[in-house]
Amino acid sequence: MSAHDTVYDGSSGEFVPPQELAAAATEPLLQVLGLQVEFHTRDGVAKVLNGVSYHVDAGETVAVLGESGSGKSVTAQAIMGILDTPPAFVTGGSVKFKGEELLTATAERRRMVRGEGIAMIFQDALSALNPVFTVGFQIAEQLRGRRGLSRAEAKKGAIELLEQVKIPNAAGRFGEYPHQFSGGMRQRAMIAMSLALDPEVLIADEPTTALDVTVQAQIMDLLAEIQRERNMGMVLITHDLGVVAEVADRIAVMYAGRIVESGDARSIYAEPGHPYTIALLESLPRLDLKGQQLNTIKGLPPNLTDIPPGCPFNPRCRMAQDICREQVPESVALADGRSSACHFAGELMQRA
Amino acid sequence: MGRYVLRRLLQLIPVFLGTTFIIYTLVWAIPSDPFAGKCGQRPCPPEYVAKMRADFNLDDNLFVQYVKYLGKLFTGDFGQTFSGVKVGTLIADAYPITIRLAVIALVIEGVIGLVAGVLTGLRKNGFLDNLVLVATLFLISLPVFFTGYVLKVGFGISVSSTAPLGDLIVPGFVLGSLSMAYVARLTRTSIAENRRADFVRTAIAKGLPGSRVVGVHLLRNSVIPVVTFLGTDLGALMGGAIVTEGVFNIHGIGGLVFINIQQQQGVVVTGVVTLLVLVYLAMSLIVDLLYAVLDPRIRYE
Repeated sequence: MSAHDTVYDGSSGEFVPPQELAAAATEPLLQVLGLQVEFHTRDGVAKVLNGVSYHVDAGETVAVLGESGSGKSVTAQAIMGILDTPPAFVTGGSVKFKGEELLTATAERRRMVRGEGIAMIFQDALSALNPVFTVGFQIAEQLRGRRGLSRAEAKKGAIELLEQVKIPNAAGRFGEYPHQFSGGMRQRAMIAMSLALDPEVLIADEPTTALDVTVQAQIMDLLAEIQRERNMGMVLITHDLGVVAEVADRIAVMYAGRIVESGDARSIYAEPGHPYTIALLESLPRLDLKGQQLNTIKGLPPNLTDIPPGCPFNPRCRMAQDICREQVPESVALADGRSSACHFAGELMQRA
Repeated sequence: MGRYVLRRLLQLIPVFLGTTFIIYTLVWAIPSDPFAGKCGQRPCPPEYVAKMRADFNLDDNLFVQYVKYLGKLFTGDFGQTFSGVKVGTLIADAYPITIRLAVIALVIEGVIGLVAGVLTGLRKNGFLDNLVLVATLFLISLPVFFTGYVLKVGFGISVSSTAPLGDLIVPGFVLGSLSMAYVARLTRTSIAENRRADFVRTAIAKGLPGSRVVGVHLLRNSVIPVVTFLGTDLGALMGGAIVTEGVFNIHGIGGLVFINIQQQQGVVVTGVVTLLVLVYLAMSLIVDLLYAVLDPRIRYE
């Protein structure tokens, strides 16, 4: 199956998993299909996304998992339309929000979708918030600019949002600057800001990575609660498998700019269908294996300007055969709407 | 903040004493006779010289002279020249035009420099960017007297000491041209750097219009170093511009100091320079306070 004859008159590149095609037929809330992004750098063209597909429905949390540099954040930025161009160029694929193609939409239309349709939370709230404006100002400016509220109404709205994310003394903290907030409170303020225009999809790009462990749990609980209350679709970008297990409905595992495995969270944890997912799960620290060496995935992710032929994971894969070094594995449908881009996906599933 | 300002103001006292003493010493240490050539072709009569030396305490030891000078200064008396003109009057005549010139230069360099810097910072490596880079390099390389003479001849400008503001635009441009180039480059670098900042990305992701992303979020952060530079530069411009004033025949404070150094009018030089030092210190204090206003992360306590 080369995706060319199946999806969007060849505009998408490759590897559109079968269940994504099925999802496309029923128009999910947010749909990414065969997304391709290249970075034009001094060292050559880095193929950062090579056909990424996933979808999110209302009220659903999809976790995008993967190592640093696997393209999780780039996918999110391409969805938001906030990639820096140059160096980044979207070279193929499609991003649909409620059936509307975003990649070909006008700049003004994309701006209207940002914040109101799809909002985003960034990893490091300290650098993501503007240091010279108060937190309240940064929330209220959206309400004033996009909702046309007066200064007083916007202030009231912003304080309500700060209360919704459980910031104590919200009215008092309205006039404080980001550096006067603690890490956890800052991330809450960031969440409040993303909720200002009542988005239908929330993309959280490693929302807890910069926080300490106790605060991480609070923030994840808050996100889960807000998502439930508002029935939002949520894309949770993370490399924390513990977080994923708690909140994700579905998982998409990324490697070298591809989704290598996707499916519902529970069954992927129970029986992973791709050697990379297996390796990821094995590299989790376990209390019952105390004293033993921690499992790691040997080697490094491929250089994206020079992805090896065949399966991009083959140099690090324990199961690699000749076919893996020659032929790029296509995404194959497994049971229960799952898919895996491995030549041996069938064998893996049977083994389990 | 209040305590910080008070501490900074108290720091002015030792600086004031130190600078006045050094200037006074330096002026009187020039090894020549201030009364040589004062009386035309003939040497001055000894009675005249003796009287002048007594009036200006020149026979006392230097430290005593300084203390006597300081004592008068504290009563608001800047002293007078050898020919009996009050230094206070000289300053009152020369300073207004210097201040006007400085403000015009500041406005020109601020406005043109900022606009050029923002435009080029947003579009790096475009035609405009290269044009501005070459133009600023040109301005930085050219000596002020050259730009001054070219524009003076080109515009046929002559300036009287009571010149209206309009007449000061060309001299102001000449005076501000060098700093204008610096402001343009500083702004360009600052904008280009902050353009990739996370908070700008957040502002875009919030769905704000492009004009607001640039005009509010990007500009506010990028302008901090520029404002600091402009403030310090205003302090320097207030000290007068000997070359620009000379080229356009403006009788400002720079020229006043220059002439009186040549004539060894120590009282005038010390008085004027002391005033300029105080103005400069006040400007740098204002810049430091402004910095805290622009960047809320900075607190002086």
